[in-house]
Amino acid sequence: MQARYLPYVLIAPVSVFLGLFFLYPFYLVAQTAFYDGAGWSLKNFQEVTSYWKFPISFKNTLWLAAVVVPIQLALALLMATMVNAMKKGRDLVLYIWTIPLGISDLAAGIIWLAIFEQSGFLNSMMHGLGFIDRPTALISYQNPTLIFVAIALAEIWRATAIMLVILVAGIGLIPREYYEAAQVFGAGRWKQFLRITLPLLRPSLSTALVLRVILAFEVFAVVQALGGTLFPVLMSETYAYQFELLNGSAAAAVALIILGISIASTIVILRVLRVPKGATI
Amino acid sequence: MKLKVKLTSAVSAIALSLTAVAVQADVLFWSTQAKPVEEAQAMRDQVLSGADMAVDYQPNDGGPWLTRLNAELQASSGSIGVLGALHGDFSAMDDADLVDLGSMGVASASATFNELAKLGTGDMQYIPWMQASYIMAASKEALPYLPEGADIDALTYDQLIAWAGNIKEATGEAKFGFPAGPKGLKHRFFQGYLYPSYTNGVVRTFASDEAVTAWEKMRELWAVTNPASTNFSFLQEQLLNGDAWIAFDHTSRLAGAFNERPDDFVAFPAPAGPTGRGFMPVIAGVAIPRTAPDMEASKAVVAHMLKPETQLATLRATNFFPVVDVELPGDLPPAVQAAGGAVAKMSGSADANPGLLPAGLGAKGGDFNRVFVDSFERIVLAGQDIRTVLDDQKGKLAAIMNETSAPCWAPDAPSEGACPVE
Amino acid sequence: MTMVSSAPRDPRRTGRYVYATAVFLLCAWVLGPLYLLFVNTLSSPEAVNSFPKTYVPEFNFESIEFFMEFAGMTGALWNSIQVATLTMIMSILVGAPAGYALSRFEFKGKETFRILILLTRAFPLPLLALPLAVLFIRTGLDDTIFGLALVHTTLAVPFAVLITFSLFSGIPMELEEAAWTLGCNRLTAFIKVVLPLILPGITASAIFAFVISWNEVFAAAVLTIENRTLTAFLLQNLDTSALHLKFAGGFILVVPALIFIFAVRKYLFAMWGIANR
Repeated sequence: MQARYLPYVLIAPVSVFLGLFFLYPFYLVAQTAFYDGAGWSLKNFQEVTSYWKFPISFKNTLWLAAVVVPIQLALALLMATMVNAMKKGRDLVLYIWTIPLGISDLAAGIIWLAIFEQSGFLNSMMHGLGFIDRPTALISYQNPTLIFVAIALAEIWRATAIMLVILVAGIGLIPREYYEAAQVFGAGRWKQFLRITLPLLRPSLSTALVLRVILAFEVFAVVQALGGTLFPVLMSETYAYQFELLNGSAAAAVALIILGISIASTIVILRVLRVPKGATI
Repeated sequence: MKLKVKLTSAVSAIALSLTAVAVQADVLFWSTQAKPVEEAQAMRDQVLSGADMAVDYQPNDGGPWLTRLNAELQASSGSIGVLGALHGDFSAMDDADLVDLGSMGVASASATFNELAKLGTGDMQYIPWMQASYIMAASKEALPYLPEGADIDALTYDQLIAWAGNIKEATGEAKFGFPAGPKGLKHRFFQGYLYPSYTNGVVRTFASDEAVTAWEKMRELWAVTNPASTNFSFLQEQLLNGDAWIAFDHTSRLAGAFNERPDDFVAFPAPAGPTGRGFMPVIAGVAIPRTAPDMEASKAVVAHMLKPETQLATLRATNFFPVVDVELPGDLPPAVQAAGGAVAKMSGSADANPGLLPAGLGAKGGDFNRVFVDSFERIVLAGQDIRTVLDDQKGKLAAIMNETSAPCWAPDAPSEGACPVE
Repeated sequence: MTMVSSAPRDPRRTGRYVYATAVFLLCAWVLGPLYLLFVNTLSSPEAVNSFPKTYVPEFNFESIEFFMEFAGMTGALWNSIQVATLTMIMSILVGAPAGYALSRFEFKGKETFRILILLTRAFPLPLLALPLAVLFIRTGLDDTIFGLALVHTTLAVPFAVLITFSLFSGIPMELEEAAWTLGCNRLTAFIKVVLPLILPGITASAIFAFVISWNEVFAAAVLTIENRTLTAFLLQNLDTSALHLKFAGGFILVVPALIFIFAVRKYLFAMWGIANR
């Protein structure tokens, strides 16, 4: 009877909720991006994209996501399969691996800056091991690669757990029988991973990837702590417009550009990892 | 069944929140100043505990501070009683949103500050609350490397560069620290120190030949500056951990070093250039938004902040100096003594060339700062040609001045109408 | 572990060795930075600023004590817990039905709906905070635990929808259909068959919701005054504070989140046992 309406009933609460607390304010903010004081125009977009730092921030944001997300995906998959195969102590290991989930990006920035700053832990360690006589500045404008590596490491440390949890839950749902059958046919672990785990994990994989990619485009606090003024990203541009230049419409324009990139990558990921209808494994 | 759970939880939550609203009574002091946890605690314990009414002191980052304030103004109903912020924050606000405090009968001892507080209107938009400045500080380890014949209390930019150069040569490390981090106050160095010292102006002389020289000096200085400075925003940290031996920063951002290890550091005036020793004050003010829930209580808090004993307590808590006439006692914290001495020497020096805070820029204050910061990033960090960059940025600066029609401020010569970029 | 089978000679042994090392290294990778935070928290201000740094805590409680005396800490902690718990409950109640609908039904506008849900996370909250705050002040939701939890739920609910969607998708439809033939209706089949299977995943998305709420600063700073959360109370001012307080404050923020994940982990694993049988 209600089969036709049931899905709409089920999505109603979330729609009402997001409509009220996301779409309503979003509409108010987004329309300012297309308004230049006199009428509708794209002037704000021209303004923000012609700013000399925009191409740099754009490139930095994309590069960071392109490097960090695949590494996180690989790492999370590795960790998830390891946890799954574990017999003893697996809840302790899983707990340890999910710890970064509880750490905010601001706190992560504080921790990693303490490692990479001139008189920080990394230099202390190298000093103790006799590699260096005195601490030299690691994070500096002469060392753009190291800045990138430091930010990437901090992001990988902080945000891999979010993918791990999704993947572990997903792997837990794959029936053991498939693996048992595979073993009967003599498939090795690598083959099992490729033929069973990966295909059956597709829904979880796409969820994890999409969320991670979207959040990667919004990276800010860690980058600001480690990269200082040397590594502008799109989000730092947004905040600079909003809170330093008090130019809300320009801030909204940059934010909409980020939204645009997010939409594009979401569509690509969902296409690539689409679960075919009626497909059998 | 699910719906039931949802309902009950929602109802209990609403009930819970209603009880929370009912107890609200304190005057909310919404501030961008005295943010570090120690200073915030001192504000509550030592400064505001002496007020007649309960005051809830809440320091915030600029973002939340502004967002909340604007939301209350838009909703025409609010809980913020008193605003504490810098001159620049207030000048960016709509003058109708701040209550005229002229009739309160309190003001600072400085006529200049009181004039600035009118923000170009006829009304007292805010009351000057406390002041500070930017000074230099050095670790005593750096003193042996002072160039010959240099007087630390009367340094020139060339001597500063030579000094930092000596240290770099001797230790192999660049030990000058400059607040070029994301929250660093580097733009004030260019606006209030470098430009006045080399060009005797800020706006008029922005792209002059003297300005080219100034930026060349900046490059020389940067060559002996700790390259990690792009992460430095509070130089007290780098002084304490030894990453910087000489530093330029806001007095309250150097205070931690002096208070923690008073015997290890010295404070001294900013250097001088061909057109004198440029320096700039920092003024924080208190104001009342038109949406304040209890106007009388808010005014009482403002009056309390201007009392001599409160001003002294504020000095101890935040390292910002009083704006009213008050005798400074002898037992002040080391940071206050050090900073006070350096500021006095700076303003009393024969070649002093004091600048004023930008006035009349309104909401364009951030864009104005960006002109200088962008010039720095392009010239010094990216190594672009000075003349090209200045000519390019000049157009942006002129546009800001024309749009706001802000008149010139010292050390620029006064102007009729908008300050011209020559 | 994927390399294991390709390892030459006595693969079992070498494999186990490589495996154990990998687990150990990954644990060290996660715990290392946290240990440094811990060392710094329990060091005197002098030690925190010294070079080279020590790797052993000296158990100096000066920095921690400062926060213990910090007015309003316990109140802020309690507020944080309330907001995070409410967020957790609301995001699951609102999100899970949508996740179920997405996985079980073909309906018009499904793809659009799914993408829309995702995209709510692609726009920065600090820009939305102004209109939200105006709305809240006008409706009286301002400065309430419930109001802040609403905003945090907005942040958490896309996670809840997507995670529950992928969980439901992993459960064969046949299982439910089998239950129907055995006399269950849609609801009882769901409760008796599907729910036990997906509870661990629900827990995972509950952890997300909790953590998202716990760590959110901006909305909390704007929308709460009297009822500040711990994060809004501490974190936004930490980066301007002295180094030793920075570390101690960071530590204080991290600990409750760790305890929470630890507590939920037990539950997560008890349920997981069922899911695999």
